[in-house]
Amino acid sequence: MTMAFTDIFFFVVATITVGSAAVVVFSRSLIYSAFSLLFTFFGVAMIYVMLGADFLAATQVLIYVGGILILLLFGVMLTHRLYSLNLKTETFQIIPGTVISLAVFVSLAMVATRTQWNSVPGKEAMPTTEAVGNYFMNEYLLPFEIASILLLVALIGAAMLVRRRTDV
Amino acid sequence: MITLSHYLLVSAALFSLGILGVMTRKNAVNVLMGIELILNSANINLVAFSRYSSHTIDGQMFAIFVIVVAAAEVAVALAIILTLYRILSTVNLDQADSLKR
Repeated sequence: MTMAFTDIFFFVVATITVGSAAVVVFSRSLIYSAFSLLFTFFGVAMIYVMLGADFLAATQVLIYVGGILILLLFGVMLTHRLYSLNLKTETFQIIPGTVISLAVFVSLAMVATRTQWNSVPGKEAMPTTEAVGNYFMNEYLLPFEIASILLLVALIGAAMLVRRRTDV
Repeated sequence: MITLSHYLLVSAALFSLGILGVMTRKNAVNVLMGIELILNSANINLVAFSRYSSHTIDGQMFAIFVIVVAAAEVAVALAIILTLYRILSTVNLDQADSLKR
């Protein structure tokens, strides 16, 4: 009985995620795309919860929804004249794009369904925050520091790129 | 019964939708949204394999680093888009073709 409920929950979340991703790609309006990207990010966070990755789900909501989506909305607002209300986006390369995307999907789906995966789920989901912290301070200390330097470089680089140049 | 293949199928659908968005949209912000979809699908794969196959949380650590890189990437990409808009007064990628001429 509980398994059936989990299955239904998975299919609802998968439908929301893929459907809103389709709206992101196919919608003509930039604002609709940005707001349905919100549902995609929340759906992916739900999938993380079902996979037992609670820290990652919280990170997804904080960084993607709270940071990246807001940045994308800034990008929409700053690069269009708002009074025109003409926030349409045009398309090109429809046929090659569709062919390549369908080919990628078919090949990935065949690999995913036909391979005999070693798919025994791990033990019951435990809180992972403490383990993630331990990994950051032990095995993954060097990537952790490099990530902080990467963020600093991105911060300075983005500020450099958009400043108004009085002297060149 | 939900198996690993179900998660891989959702991830494959997100990935191909992201590729479609990157290839067919003219607006640079929309292309950026497609790239975010691709990164999210890769993250789903990492977490699903770490749950079903390796039974460790190494995949989750990789996913966290992917999120960090995505945050840095979207900041720099928006700076580039704003600079493009200041120079060309548009963000349509097919009009940024001065290297072709």
